[in-house]
Amino acid sequence: MKIGLLHSLIRKEEKLLIGAFRNAGVEPIMIDDRKLIMDFNTAPDIDILVERSINHSRALHALRLFESAGVRCINTHDVARICGDKLLTTAALKDYGIAQPQSRVAFTEESALEAIEELGYPVVLKPAVGSWGRLLSKINDRDAAETVLEHKAVLGSYHHSIFYIQQYIEKKGRDIRSFVVGDDCIAAIYRTSDHWITNTARGAIASKCEVTAEVAEISLAAAEAVGGGIVAVDLFESDDGLLVNEVNYTMEFRNSIDTTGVDIPAVVADYVIQQARQ
Amino acid sequence: MGECPVCAADVTIADDAMAGEVLVCDDCGAELEIIALKPIKLAEAPTAEEDWGQ
Repeated sequence: MKIGLLHSLIRKEEKLLIGAFRNAGVEPIMIDDRKLIMDFNTAPDIDILVERSINHSRALHALRLFESAGVRCINTHDVARICGDKLLTTAALKDYGIAQPQSRVAFTEESALEAIEELGYPVVLKPAVGSWGRLLSKINDRDAAETVLEHKAVLGSYHHSIFYIQQYIEKKGRDIRSFVVGDDCIAAIYRTSDHWITNTARGAIASKCEVTAEVAEISLAAAEAVGGGIVAVDLFESDDGLLVNEVNYTMEFRNSIDTTGVDIPAVVADYVIQQARQ
Repeated sequence: MGECPVCAADVTIADDAMAGEVLVCDDCGAELEIIALKPIKLAEAPTAEEDWGQ
């Protein structure tokens, strides 16, 4: 069995996955996206590709080319395309009727300001493409809205003028990240922070969250909405129940193995091997 | 053992280290990438780009 692992930098997650594949008797074929050259027809000789690039744009395009060359990929290009863009994620979740915060999209400063006032303060302005909680703006009033919108329009690249505006959810200092592998929600953590941004990359503390029926149900539904595979689902606990905030397609899990007691890389490796056999 | 390209300190390389792996210099705190293992070559790791991470 030839399992390719697409990567750039080898982070702790990639090392753990490599170890899990080896424990399962498979030596992954490492494919560094920085050295990759593709010709639109052929791909490295592998049965299945596991995507672990740190760069969304490289992952997105490489997956398309691997699939075009007939290689099955986990996750698929479509999953990467949808999860990598908050606008597309919101649309996919809406199509599946999955609970999520209200959001608006606008393309000019003027219409964005109108959309913000329509949603009501505070709101969160997010780049459609971005992660680790970077460039998120919690906007509490009109003065801040005008300032941030102008800065984004003048100083940002064109995609910062695609204004993705989300209703601010008071999450009482934490959110939930759940991990879905195939048809199972295998684990979940709380991410707790004094800051309104609760990414562990920004210092939030991970602790175990029980995978309740409600967590599992909405996580699996969200995974299905974006195309399935191996994803991490970010959830807000609201007065109206759980809401899906984002779905991540190259999930990071280093802080979640000891925390949950679930050997996430082993589950992922087993799933990939099982998929490669089908 | 490798040499930190930032501060020239000795950097211990684990037995199971891999090319492409990121590590931190204990002396100066620089994030380093293992470029090659035989012989060991270290470089400053690339800084986070706009489309990094999940």
